[in-house]
This record gives sequence, C-alpha cells and structure tokens, in this order.
Amino acid sequence: MSRFERQINLSGFGPKAQQQLQKAKVLVIGAGGLGCPVLLYLDAAGVGTLAICDGDVVAASNLNRQVIFSESDITKSKAEVAGIYLKQKYSDINIEIINKFLTVENTLQIFNAYDLIIDGSDNFQTRYMVNDACVLLNKPLVFGAVYQNEGQVAVFNVSDDNAVSSNYRDVFPNPPSENEILNCNETGVLGVLPGIIGVMMASEAIKLITGFGKALINKMLYYNLLTNTTYETEIAPNAVAKSIIPKTPEDFYKTDYTLLCGNLPSIEWSEALLLKNNTPGKVILLDVRETHEQPKLDGIETMNIPLQSLSENIEPLNTAENILVFCQSGIRSRKAVAVLRSKFLQKNIYSVAGGISKLNSTINA
Amino acid sequence: MELKGIKILAFGMIAEKINASEFYLKEVSNTNELLSSLNSLYPQLKEMKFTISVNRRIVNNNEPLNADSEVALLPPFSGG
Repeated sequence: MSRFERQINLSGFGPKAQQQLQKAKVLVIGAGGLGCPVLLYLDAAGVGTLAICDGDVVAASNLNRQVIFSESDITKSKAEVAGIYLKQKYSDINIEIINKFLTVENTLQIFNAYDLIIDGSDNFQTRYMVNDACVLLNKPLVFGAVYQNEGQVAVFNVSDDNAVSSNYRDVFPNPPSENEILNCNETGVLGVLPGIIGVMMASEAIKLITGFGKALINKMLYYNLLTNTTYETEIAPNAVAKSIIPKTPEDFYKTDYTLLCGNLPSIEWSEALLLKNNTPGKVILLDVRETHEQPKLDGIETMNIPLQSLSENIEPLNTAENILVFCQSGIRSRKAVAVLRSKFLQKNIYSVAGGISKLNSTINA
Repeated sequence: MELKGIKILAFGMIAEKINASEFYLKEVSNTNELLSSLNSLYPQLKEMKFTISVNRRIVNNNEPLNADSEVALLPPFSGG
C-alpha cells in the first residue's frame, strides 16, 4: 500500500498525476508563515524534489504561524531546520536546503534548477525580483501574500487556453513607496491566515503540476479571514508592465530591487563612527553637502563631494569598501546613496540616518 | 427605487484607510472620475498604490462605469 493511495484513488487525479508530482522540482522561497504550510503539504503530496530557500533564522515571534519550528529551533537556520524536519518525515522526497537570501546575483542561477517557483517571501523587494526572474526564465510562479486579516493568491507566467499569460507586474506594475510598506512583523497576523493562504498556494502548485482542476491562471484571489469572503479578478497583460521587466540576465543583474522598493540602506551615527574607527582605510565618510555648509565633523576624516556634482566625481571613492554618506538632515544623503548604488554594485553604501543635525542633537542631549 | 450609485469594494490597507470595505459612489461615469472623486473624499488615499478592477477585471486605462458596475480597489500585500 502506497502512502499516496488516497490521492491516487481520487477521481480525476490517479497514478499519472502522482507520477507528475514525483517528477516535479519545486522551489519554495521563504520558510515562513506561507512557506511552512506549502512545504508540509507538498512534501506529504509527494513532490519529488522540494527546495527550501531562506537565509533567515527562527525567532520566538515566528512560532505562532511558522508551524514547522519549535521553541528549541530559535536562532537556528530556517532552511536547515525545515529541511531536516521534512527529510525525516518521508523517505521518497529529495529535499534541498538553500540557506541564503535571494539576490540579483544568485536568483537566476538558483531558479534554473527548478520547474516551479513558489513565492512565500515577506517583502516587496523579493517579490518583484522573483516575479521578474520568473518572467525572464519563463518559469511558472505561484504567488501568495498576506496583510493583517487578508490574503492574495495567484498563478503567474503560465499561459491559458488562449496562450495569454500575465505576471505580478500586470497587477501592480511598480512597488508601493517606502512609507506604505508594512509586513507581518509590524502589523501582526493570526497564524491561521498564512496557514490558509499557504495551503491554497500548495493546492495551486499541485494543480499546475498535474493539470488537475483549474489553477488561478490570469486571476488573483483575495481572501478575507474575518468575513470568510473571497474576491476573484481577472488579470490581463499590460504594456507598461512588459516595458519595465528586465529583458536579459544582464539587465536583471543591474536592477536594484532594494532601491526600487524604496528600502534604502541606512545606518545610525553610532554604528557609522564605530565602523570608521574599527576598519581603518576601508570606510569613507562622505559629506554630500555644499562645501560651505557647517558644522563640519570635528576630528573625523571625511570626504566632501556635493550631491550636485557627485555622479561626475566618483573616482576618489573607488578604493573604499564601505561608503557612509551624510548630509545635514539625511535627505540628500539618501539621494546620494541611490546615485552611488548604481555606480558601485559591489560596495556597501549607507545613508547615515538624520544627518549632522541628528549627530549634534545626540551629542548635546 | 433610489439609485445607490456604483458599488465599490475596498481591500487591505485601502479598506483600513477609509474605514469601510464596501460603499457606494454616485455621479461617476468612468474610472478617472472615480479616482478623483475618491481622492477628494478620502485624501488619505492619495499616497496609496492600488489597482482598480471593474466587474472583476483589472483595468489599466480609463474605463466607463454604469449603474451596475462593481469596482474593487486592490492594494498589493507583501507579508508572508
């Protein structure tokens, strides 16, 4: 008797669908609130190769919804703990552990090995990057996301009967601005919500792999936990979306998804000064104010290149590994970070939060 | 029978910002008019990104609306 007997016996599913599951190679991005149920159910259903990609570690606040993890897993790698757990459940599944976060450098290479991608990540940066990579590589994508008591599910980059396919950017061409963005860590969520949405994602994956039923192709489903209501809308390809997505791997590598999603990396003065002191020669403190602006930083080596002329004068920055940019109040430095990130892909570039005004108020306080 | 206007469904942070998940708007004949009407009624929506669906189809251009139209204001979610 096979452990899949009950689904092989299911009318319309049968042994052929089970074989298709066994042959499938599925990558699950994020072993979080969505990823846990996706992994548990695809593992149980008999998806032959199941990869878990997550660079994060387990925290106590994850445990209300990330049901693979226990108290004893806190501070351990999510991908590793989940991988070990899933491996010991069944002997017939090949589990692959990818203990890292996706970046523009590693995403295409990782995706190449799988025939279905499932996005259970928790930020727009990853979501837009994953979508664009799937479009570029022509990989089907099962998408799910939650906000407070609501969830979204969709299947992207799969052609319908009329050979029409759509993707995330056909629904939301550009990411929301920084101040709109909130995730579960900030807004709170009941564990059952990503549980429901994650199981829906697993079910869409099974349907896509086997052709069983009708997957949410060119559709997005909204689910509301409080009212038990759903709303389904059709998606059509749109020209704007098509024009924004990187067309080649080279374009993809050059796309700065952090910036696109408004998440500019910033650093506090205390950390900035510590980094400057502890790694001499590797850190440039860059002042992007006009040369006449006061006060200067006393007793600390800085470089002054005003924002206005920054893009034409970047040579002096070539040798630094880390560039910490500051200005008067932290606004121009953010613009400068955007400029510099497009010029130096390999360097760590941060805006010092609050600028000189913040430093002085900290000292005077 | 008095006409209630066009039915609007709001989701996620949009519903939160306007404190309703379902309401009606009168005297709008297309989605551009609907947007400007929403912006003046709910200035807090101005900075929000959302997509509009009319009769359960996402629309990208100005779309005519009639008394039977059902409009949804769909924000993106990122949580997981």
